[in-house]
Order: sequence, then C-alpha cells, then structure tokens
Amino acid sequence: MKFNIYDLTSFTQWIDSSLRASMSPGWAVTVEMIIIGLAILIFFALIGLFLVYAERKVCAFMQNRLGPNRVGPGGIFQTVADLVKLLFVELVPIKNADKILFNLAPFIVIVASIMAIGALPFAKGLQAIDLNIGVFYLMAVSSMGVIGVLLAGWSSNNKYSLIGAMRSGAQIVSYELSVGLALITMVILAGTMQLSEMIEAQRWGWFIFKGHIPAVIAFVIYIIAGTAETNRGPFDLAEAESELTAGYHTEYSGIKFALFFLAEYINMFIVAAIATTVFLGGWMPLHVYGWDGFNKVMDFIPPFIWFLGKTFGVVFVMMWLKWTFPRLRIDQLLTLEWKFLLPINIFNLLLMAFLVLAGWHW
Amino acid sequence: MEEAVVNVPLEQEEYIINMGPQHPSTHGVLRLVVSLKGEMVQNVQPHIGYVHRGIEKMCENLTYQQIIHLTDRMDYLSAHINNEAVCLAVEKALGIEVSDRVKYIRTILSELTRIQSHQLFWATYGMDLGGLTCFFYGLRDRELILDIFEETCGGRMIVSYNTPGGLMNDIHPNFQKRTKDFIKYFRKTLPEYDRLLTGNVIFQERLKGIGRINREDAIAWGLTGPVGRASGFSCDIRKHNPYSAYDKVTFNEILYDEGDSFHRYQVRMDEMWESMNIIEQLIDNIPEGAYAEKMKPVIKLPEGEYWQSVETARGELGVFIESDGNKYPYRMKFRSPNFVNLAPLNIMATGFKIADLVAINGSLDLVIPDIDR
Amino acid sequence: MKAFIEYIRSIFDGLISLLKGLSVTGKYFFKPGTTWTQQYPNNRKELKMFDRFKGEVIMPHNDKNEHKCTGCGICEINCPNGSIEIIPVTIVNEEGKKQRIIDKHIYHLGMCTFCGLCVKTCPSQALAFGQEFEHAVFDRTRLNKILNQPGSKIMKGVA
Repeated sequence: MKFNIYDLTSFTQWIDSSLRASMSPGWAVTVEMIIIGLAILIFFALIGLFLVYAERKVCAFMQNRLGPNRVGPGGIFQTVADLVKLLFVELVPIKNADKILFNLAPFIVIVASIMAIGALPFAKGLQAIDLNIGVFYLMAVSSMGVIGVLLAGWSSNNKYSLIGAMRSGAQIVSYELSVGLALITMVILAGTMQLSEMIEAQRWGWFIFKGHIPAVIAFVIYIIAGTAETNRGPFDLAEAESELTAGYHTEYSGIKFALFFLAEYINMFIVAAIATTVFLGGWMPLHVYGWDGFNKVMDFIPPFIWFLGKTFGVVFVMMWLKWTFPRLRIDQLLTLEWKFLLPINIFNLLLMAFLVLAGWHW
Repeated sequence: MEEAVVNVPLEQEEYIINMGPQHPSTHGVLRLVVSLKGEMVQNVQPHIGYVHRGIEKMCENLTYQQIIHLTDRMDYLSAHINNEAVCLAVEKALGIEVSDRVKYIRTILSELTRIQSHQLFWATYGMDLGGLTCFFYGLRDRELILDIFEETCGGRMIVSYNTPGGLMNDIHPNFQKRTKDFIKYFRKTLPEYDRLLTGNVIFQERLKGIGRINREDAIAWGLTGPVGRASGFSCDIRKHNPYSAYDKVTFNEILYDEGDSFHRYQVRMDEMWESMNIIEQLIDNIPEGAYAEKMKPVIKLPEGEYWQSVETARGELGVFIESDGNKYPYRMKFRSPNFVNLAPLNIMATGFKIADLVAINGSLDLVIPDIDR
Repeated sequence: MKAFIEYIRSIFDGLISLLKGLSVTGKYFFKPGTTWTQQYPNNRKELKMFDRFKGEVIMPHNDKNEHKCTGCGICEINCPNGSIEIIPVTIVNEEGKKQRIIDKHIYHLGMCTFCGLCVKTCPSQALAFGQEFEHAVFDRTRLNKILNQPGSKIMKGVA
C-alpha cells in the first residue's frame, strides 16, 4: 500500500482494488458507500464540535474575555458536555402539531448538508464524488435546506415560529440568487464546473488573484450572501434572541434542537468550503510562477491541511462579521439583496465575461 | 387577565403579542401588549407596576437621613443624583448653605454617574440591536467608574454617599488621581464606540427616522432629558436652574431637531463628552473645607411644601416634600422622568415594524424601577 | 445620473463604515493581553477589596477581645428597617454599681440595606464595615449574626 499524503488517489485505489478482489463488484460498491457514509458522518460530528467551541472562543477573545476554560484543558470538552446535556433534555410533545413533518424537519436540513459535503474536494483524490457539474450540484443541494426550515416553522403550530420560518424562507430564497451568480462568475473564469478541474486550474495562482477585480467583488458578494444563506451573522433576524422568540426552532428541544444547531454550523462550514474551492484554490498550495524554492516549501504542507486552513480562515471572517455588526431588519435585508447585491452581481458577471474574452486575466 | 387586553381593538387581521414582563429587551419588568397587523404595530399598551415597592409610602415613616438609602434604588443608574435631589430639598427647606467643597464633589460625582449611565445605555442598546460585543465594551469601561465609586463611597451601584448637610465621609485620597486617569483613558476609547456603532451603516439605517416625535409633542407630553433634547426642547435643569456647582462651569446643552431614535442616541453620546469637560474643569480645583455641615441629629423641617428638581441621566427628577413640622415628612412625592418618558411610546411606535419597537424602546432608555417606585 | 452617483457613493460609504467597525473588534482579537476579566474564583487569595467597601457590618475587637459598644441603642434607632437589635443586660460592675451593658448585638445581614447610618451615628465608633462579600448560605437563619464575640467586654475609657 502506498500511502502518499500528498496524493491520496493511490490510497483510495488500494482500498477499491482490495475490496473488488475479495467480493463481487456490487458488494464492493456497497461497502465503499458505507465506508464513505461513516467517514462523512464522523467528519460532520467532529467539525460541528470543533466549530461550536471555536465560535465561543473567538467571540470571547473579541469581547475581552476568555470563553470556556473549565471543562477539559482549555475548555475543549465544553461542546461534548453541552451535547450530553441536550441528550437528557425532555422532548416536549406539541399538541396539534403535524407529527410527521415536525420530526422530519431537522433531518431534511442534515441530509442537505451531508449531500453537499459529499461533493467537496478535501485533498487530491479525497473527494466522495466528482461530478462534472460540481458547482451546479452544490448550489442545488444546499437549496434543499430551506424546505427543512419551512417545515419546522409550519409544523410547530406556533404563530411566532411561522413568522420566523416565513422570514427565513424569503431570506434564503433571495440570497440563493446572489450565491449562484457569484459562483457562475468564477465558472466563467475557470471554464468548467467540475471541482477537481477547477482546482487544477488554480495551480499557478488562485482565482481570486487571477481574476483580480471581478473575482474580489464576487468573493465579497459571496461571503455576504453565504452568511445570509445560513441565517447567521447580521442576517439572523429569523432566530433573533432579543426580539420575540427563537424563531423557527422554538418548539424543538433536546436532540432535535441539537440537530438544527449543528446544521447551522455545518452549513457555515460548507459555505466556507465552497468559497475556498472556487476562490482560494481548494487544496492547492500557494504557488508563484518562477519561485521554485518558495513553491517547494509550500508543497511541503499536505493539501488536506491547506484546505482546512483556508476554510477555517473564511469561517473566522464569517464569525468576525457576526460578532461586530447589529442585525438587519427583514425589509432592509431584502432591499440589500434585490437593490444592491443583484445589480452589482450582474454587472460583475458582464465584467468577468469581458475580461475572459479580452484575455486580461493572469 | 382578560380585562387587561379588552381595550385593544381586535379586528380580523390583527393579533396581540405580549412582550411579557420577562423579556431581554425591555430593560426591566415592563409588560408591553402589542397589537400587530402583519408586521406593523397598531397599538402598544405598557403595563407597569411589577416592581412597585411603595417607596413614597415608606418615606412617610422614615427620617430624612434614612430616606436617602431608598432613593438609591429608584433609578439605580443615577443613584448619586437621586440622593443629591433629596439632600438639596432638605437643605433648601432648612436654609443651610453647604460648603463649596461639598458642592464640587457632588457635581463631580453626578457627572461620573451620568457617564456611567450612558455607558450602560450604549452597551444595552447595541446588544438589543444585535451587536453583542457592544455590551462587553461598554461594561468594561464602566468598571473604571464603578471602581472610583467603590473606593470613595463603599458601594458600586448603591452608594448612599450624600446626606442632608453634606457627605457621609470625605473623599478618598486616590479620588482625584483615579478620576483623571479615567478621563484620559475614556477620551481615547470613546471614539471607538463611534467607529463600532454610531458610524455603522446598518445601525444608522435601523434608527434614522424611527420613532419620531416633534418639539410640540415633546413639550406637551413633558419629555425631559435626552429624549426631550433630541426633539429640540431645551430642558436641561443644569442650565435653567443651576444647583450645586453647575453655575461655576461652562458646558453646552446638546439639542437636535429631528427627534428620532438616532438623535436620542446621539444626544447621549455627546453628553458623555460634555460631562468629561465638566469634570475636567472641576477636578483640580476642589476647595478645602468641611465635608459636612453640623446638623442636629433629628432633622425637623418647618411646615410647608418644598420642591427641588435635578437633572438625572434620564430627565428631570423632582422631589416634593410636604412637611407638618415633624421629623417624618407628611408626604413625599417623586416626579420620575421615566414614568413621563414612557407615556408617548404608543404614538412613537405606531406604524413601524415590530423590530423598530425594540429600537424605540431602547432609545428611550427606561429604568423600570423608577417608573414603579 | 445624480441618483446613480448617490447609489455608488452610498455603497462605498457603507463598506468603509463596516470595515471601521471590523477594525475595532479585530484589534481586540489580535492584540494579545486584552482580557479584562478577573479569574474568580482562582484569584481569591490575591483579591483585596477597597478599604471602604461595604461588605457587611462588623464590630472590631482588639487582641484582648474588647470592643467599644456600650449598648446605647442609637444604631438600632437609626436603622431604617430594623436590621439591628440590641439586647442589653444589667450587671453589677467592679465598683458595686448597677450598669447596663450589651449582651447581644444582633445584626440581620439578610435585611441590611448597607445605608451606613449605624456606622456613622455610633457615638463610640464601635461598628465598621468589613470587606467580606461571600455571604451565600444554604440556611437563612445563618444570616442573623451576633456582632459582639462571646466572652468580650467593653474597652476601658469608652464612655
């Protein structure tokens, strides 16, 4: 077995060939699917735990205080303790609520997130499925999360949840447009929608450097719209704590609330991961054409670490935005999208198309 | 419960929401019964009385020195100024003139109280609107003032430092140095507040034009303090009827015309700068003298009615004492600024959205125990 | 055309104001050593309150277990809500005369409002404010304290 940390295709080929050698092809594919599913679920849980802890520490340092520091060394088991406590909480049954939809809603959100993780390239060769319509698939699948939110608000039989869910639904559907247009701008630059080829094309410069002005504008718009997609940051009116109630997940308690809560952090991770892949080069290290020594040093760090580092950098920027700014009102939110982001996006798209045709990118 | 909401007209598309006594945004135990049509507020009815402790009735069985500790707990963010109001009323009734030292110290402590009250306003207002870090920055800087209070008076929020005739103790030797250090620090830090919140485009869009009340309405409803001054009503007691050492300092009265939430906020930010100017004029020149006049152990006011008004951080606090010659007052009435400022909430909030109601309520800067007393 | 210029200008102004806000929180995140909070209860040994801090009312005793309280009851009269109860007792002193001294000086910490009148009006300065602030107990009757220690007597020379 050749385990090359810089190119994991050999590792995955080895698993594949050893499985096919010992059982029929049908069974081999099934076992592979089970392995990938388990790996994604474990990754999901670990990232969720880490992100919740990171958010609490980041916001604490911005607020001149320390954050969790008692449970475990430096407080790293705080999220585990919170999760154990949520498991013991009583699941309050709702009278007159639509029980099937009520129980289904958190799972839809989780399923949408897991489907999106499946298409992300974590390192060279470490990608669950490499579709040739990668970007399109990611956008389509992350839109499914809004169904879970609307179902949660509707089936709770609570007028405040319904208000919260409707607001959230309108918000997510509007900002889908901005996200889509920003990603399409980069698809124009790359010339392909397949994620692994997009990353290969960024070998000698990330897209944010290659497509200078339009790419930077697209990046900023994508970050804003991505934060609004996940109901986070200055766009969290749907679950505002100091307004009326906790929005669409008011009536959920215990493990179901934990699933919504976790799904929000995973969505933030997915938005950041897509931003990393499309704008910042995915797992590709920073190479400068002609500086061979520099490139060798950059290649020394494994691609998996590059990917996680860049993603957590974007996640940090999203947390920074949340803890600095006050909230937007719902009509201001929609004004921002339809009157500001969308025209800028369309203009940017034309600018990028012009740039690619004229060959002015690097 | 049923009769409490029967006055609010219940049409077909309207529904009633109860921002109940326990709510993160109402700054105390205030119940707001809001009738909404979609997202628009039609009618807001405040229900008060959850913190009523009977302070005015209790005062009828306490001597004048004992009343001071109750006034601390009315508008607890302007504790010094409340104490000063009762002391000034009693001293005026007895015809006692306190020494200049006492006047200077009372003024300096009042201005420090004003600054810390506005710091807490900034902290909680930012938090209400969603910028949660503002809470920590505002309270971090407020701790320095509370340290000054604790060193001199013994308590951070409940001070009981004034007494009829002067002060309880002389100031601590570190008082002047600590105050000067604080002013130097805060002059550098206050522009940060502006960078974080005041100049922020989201904050301005949330507040400009919201909850407008014009000058005639402000005078008719009797709004005083920063709420009245943001609408153009010049009502600063420190300028019109100066007391303590306010006639010896020069400062500006902050007036704006627009009367919306943003300018109510801006008046308080500017007042912090003015308060720092006042303190700087006084802190180095505290004259020597006695820290309290010699008073009889039992204070008896001559028969009659006495009135004294002071400018707390929220408006005009008036103290009315009716005495029949005994050592207990016959009737003690406090004209509380928050009670009057809460009254026009209905006309300010009608027609705006539910998220604006939180912004308007926060900009009035109410302290509910002062409403209920 | 003017509206278009206004539009572009409003976008730039908005972005600049947002970046300024980010710089404030960013400064506190990236600069080391900006944590303001005290690490209570880990710092209890070094924690020292200010001398005038009103933690509770105590009656200071000297090394010979003597205090200055004469049992006059002025603090009880001046307390606004009855947090002090003076229980005197009549004894025969060394000179053979009957004398009223303090038997128990009961202080209800649970009712005290820390106004300071008892400390201020005591004619022999027998009371003072202590700096102990951790008063949480499981049983409310433990908040009724007796301020004069057992076996103590009044100092000589106090009226």
